[in-house]
Amino acid sequence: MSIKEVGYISHQELIDAEQDISAERYAKGPVAVIECVQEIPCNPCEDACKFGAIYVGSPITNLPKIQEDNCTGCGACLARCPGLAIFLVDKTYSETEATVAFPYEYVPTPEVGEEWEAVDRQGAVKCKGKIVKVMNPKAFDRTPIVTVAIPKEFADEVRSVKRK
Amino acid sequence: MLTRELLVIGAGPAGLAAAIEAAKNGVKDILVCDLNMKAGGQLFKQIHKFFGSKEHNAGVRGIDQGVQMLKEAEELGIEIWLNSAVVGFFGDKIACIEQGQPDGTKKIVYMQPKTIVIATGAQENVVRFKGWTTPGVMGAGAAQTMINVNRVQPGKNIVMLGTGNVGLIVSYQLMQAGCNVVCIVEAAPGIGGYGVHASKVSRAGVPIYCSHTIKEVKGDGPDGRVSEVTIIGLDEKWQPIEGTEKTFEADTVTLAAGLKPVSDLVKLQDIEIVFNNAFGWVPVHNDKMQTTAKGIYVAGDTTGSEEANTAMEEGKLAGVSVAEELGYITMDEAKDQRDQIWDRLRGLRTGPFGEKRAIAKVVQMGKFPVD
Repeated sequence: MSIKEVGYISHQELIDAEQDISAERYAKGPVAVIECVQEIPCNPCEDACKFGAIYVGSPITNLPKIQEDNCTGCGACLARCPGLAIFLVDKTYSETEATVAFPYEYVPTPEVGEEWEAVDRQGAVKCKGKIVKVMNPKAFDRTPIVTVAIPKEFADEVRSVKRK
Repeated sequence: MLTRELLVIGAGPAGLAAAIEAAKNGVKDILVCDLNMKAGGQLFKQIHKFFGSKEHNAGVRGIDQGVQMLKEAEELGIEIWLNSAVVGFFGDKIACIEQGQPDGTKKIVYMQPKTIVIATGAQENVVRFKGWTTPGVMGAGAAQTMINVNRVQPGKNIVMLGTGNVGLIVSYQLMQAGCNVVCIVEAAPGIGGYGVHASKVSRAGVPIYCSHTIKEVKGDGPDGRVSEVTIIGLDEKWQPIEGTEKTFEADTVTLAAGLKPVSDLVKLQDIEIVFNNAFGWVPVHNDKMQTTAKGIYVAGDTTGSEEANTAMEEGKLAGVSVAEELGYITMDEAKDQRDQIWDRLRGLRTGPFGEKRAIAKVVQMGKFPVD
């Protein structure tokens, strides 16, 4: 089943789009995960990265490619993506936990310390998550970036929290 | 009779871009007419960050782009008449305008401008099913106006029909406004809009039913309002499959089944129109956005529904061409500017979502008579 039929991407689609991140890179700390597998005319992510880790090039419909070794895990690209399709995954957060940062434009905005239900790409609740960081500076233009800590085994699945 | 160097009909992204670009190139005495109470067209409903490139202000929300354009228009001395519909279009470019007055009344004025840009946008398509006139069934655009302009929820539990970008984006924005989107229904076997928009609503837990349509809406709610929506599966020939019905409790149905160009004014002049599968009936125009009537240009959804970025680029093309026709810039200067705009425009029409529109545009422009 493809995103065209069901509305959410599969791991295979990420691999086909060459957007999957290697286990070696995950082991080094937080990294941007781009989930943008259709050729649409859009490239703000390329400019958002000061480290040249994201490449779109010409034509503008090229799929964004991440140079994972150049990614510092700063997360500057997340709020700049109009498609809200970039996540920051840190599988080194602790022995047992990983964090996933995601754009969250609903109200109420989660607050640090709260417990929220963490959901996967189709909105199914996978586990409980603890909010560890919420960033919403002016530069993000009203797209708060929320970081949730979850058990490590869900790091490749959790992409948001369930709206309250 | 009144006159102007340029009359732009429609103050949406295309019309404003045309007026701004014409003014930047020296055209004076520009008037933009719009039948709405506020200029900006759809931009002020579009609270999401736009796609595109840096040149298209990608990443900037539509509402903020609208504010920016109105500021630019004001700085350039462009006059805007609101509550002012062009209700007639006669002879040699004579426009009959119902000019809105400060006291709310209207005054009929006639104007014969030197050039005209028609940028009257598009209107939503309707889908008919049993119960389609029930209160609570509305266009997705209407629902979007309610939440984002008037800040009123159209309902609590909403069924969206259509998975084009409008259906997906408005579903997302309804949830931002605190509504619950029960499901999104799509007659085609695949989602029409961008996957990233579909992903946003999917991770919010909204199911998308492809190869389904609305069979019936029941109006047993308060004051006969929508109470229940029954959807049904479709086979590969788009015929309903009995026994596949699913019924949901809902108080609102929003229809996002595409847009068709508003070309009433085009049809009132001696302008050639053509039908194509991507856009419907649209005016024939050339790469200057000039129609087959001299001095009359078109831009934006009037020439075939796309999105705000392409509308703005087409508006810019028309603005440059008006400046050329009026003698403010040379043919070479105009061509240089248009070449740059066309490069960006072609970029917006590449990829699997743009190809059909790109081909339709080539055919549409190919109908323009060669000198």
